[in-house]
Amino acid sequence: MNATNRTVVVTGIGATTPLGGDSASFWEGLLAGRSGVRPLTQDWAAELPVQIAAQIAVDLGESIPRPQARKLDRSAQFALIAAREAWADAGYTGKAGAEAAVNPDRLGAVIASGIGGVTTLLGQYDILREQGVRKVSPHTVPMLMPNSPAANVGLEVNAQAGVHTPVSACASGAEAIGYAVEMIRSGRADVVVAGGTEAAIHPLPVAAFGNMMAMTKNNEDPAGASRPYDTGRDGFVLGEGAGVVVLESAEHAAQRGATVYCEAVGQGLSADSHHIAQPEPSGSGIANALQNLLDGTDLDAATITHVNAHATATPLGDVAELRALRKVFGDDVDHMAVSATKSMTGHLLGGAGGIETVATVLALKHRLAPPTINISELDPEVDGDIVRDEPRALPEGTIAALNNSFGFGGHNVALAFRTV
Amino acid sequence: MAATQEEIVAGLAEIVNEIAGIPAEDVQVDKSFTDDLDVDSLSMVEVVVAAEEHFDVKIPDDDVKNLKTVGDATNYILKHQS
Repeated sequence: MNATNRTVVVTGIGATTPLGGDSASFWEGLLAGRSGVRPLTQDWAAELPVQIAAQIAVDLGESIPRPQARKLDRSAQFALIAAREAWADAGYTGKAGAEAAVNPDRLGAVIASGIGGVTTLLGQYDILREQGVRKVSPHTVPMLMPNSPAANVGLEVNAQAGVHTPVSACASGAEAIGYAVEMIRSGRADVVVAGGTEAAIHPLPVAAFGNMMAMTKNNEDPAGASRPYDTGRDGFVLGEGAGVVVLESAEHAAQRGATVYCEAVGQGLSADSHHIAQPEPSGSGIANALQNLLDGTDLDAATITHVNAHATATPLGDVAELRALRKVFGDDVDHMAVSATKSMTGHLLGGAGGIETVATVLALKHRLAPPTINISELDPEVDGDIVRDEPRALPEGTIAALNNSFGFGGHNVALAFRTV
Repeated sequence: MAATQEEIVAGLAEIVNEIAGIPAEDVQVDKSFTDDLDVDSLSMVEVVVAAEEHFDVKIPDDDVKNLKTVGDATNYILKHQS
């Protein structure tokens, strides 16, 4: 626990996802067990072994006017859409400063992406080769830099306490939210807009992840392709989108009479130091993150009733996470409803921790764990209570939920949230 | 055939509309790109590249800083178009 040890709460949520263009439609899609995975119809996809992805559900043109879109990478556009929703949902109506309820010096923004502006980078390289130097957009650098979504969200709300972008591949979004919780706890900020975004559906990343054998090639059955915990799982489906939350010190939220979703209890972090892209199979690194979460917060394992698992549908990773849960929580795992929402959304890489935090916050609010779809035959190695096909009610009283995210490089992040 | 002043203003209006989203009718000779038309220094590079192509004229980087208003750009293009 650090010096000031302030309580942090969630007061706003926003998302743009393959299941819906806002957090309400996203949640509805999750409860319905709907898959957001569809065939890639772009010409370039015909050449690739993987021809499916979970693209966002709505047309961006409705939210981001063309002149602004020219200057924003797709990942920053997603982040802005989700951040605007979260900001309004938290009850803020203008920028900090103009909005009297928050001082710009006390407002931060922490938005992460795993890969950054990859479509801008590669698209502008195509322009350089095909049309020459003069045609390369002067906006290229501010569009492709990985901190661009954070910087643009910071500008949108006038955040001056600090704007940050932790990068840890598929753990990035969760790491951003954990960082934001610490900013508030430690007294650096009263309010932080935090989350993750990703827009990497482009032939190069698709080819590269495909060549790593990390993605499923089940092109014939897009909706059934992402199969966490199933015996037939053979890799993730690439997704895109963003999820953002507004975090706030409990005092600040109370002073302005904000509606509180839940408490953001804290984070547990660790690194595997095992392999650049393979999970440590026993889950020992993940277990360290979970143990650090317990040791660093007042979280009581007996109250954890839901886990939004990382579970990307890779053969090793899904079971390593469950082994880690068992190692740290013992018999308490038996009362944890485990959901693998990537079965529906695909894997949003750095955006995953963002949208899955939104899902976890909503699971606590509605006391409903979303389902895991596409399990035809549960892997016998699965040691945990997986929520399958239908949502499951969570108990009354004070309950907590975890959102786990792990990234290439061996980064492990466990976030905890609790009803208030 | 070289463009007339009127044609150049209309062409610039089209370009500014595309890049900055400002209605074409608001793009007048006395308007400052930065102060009136929401064209920052980066977007100004886009305006210049589009104008070079549209009017078949070269506008070296050193000259761009002198093009403060739509009138400045119009006069420059009138003088330098081939």
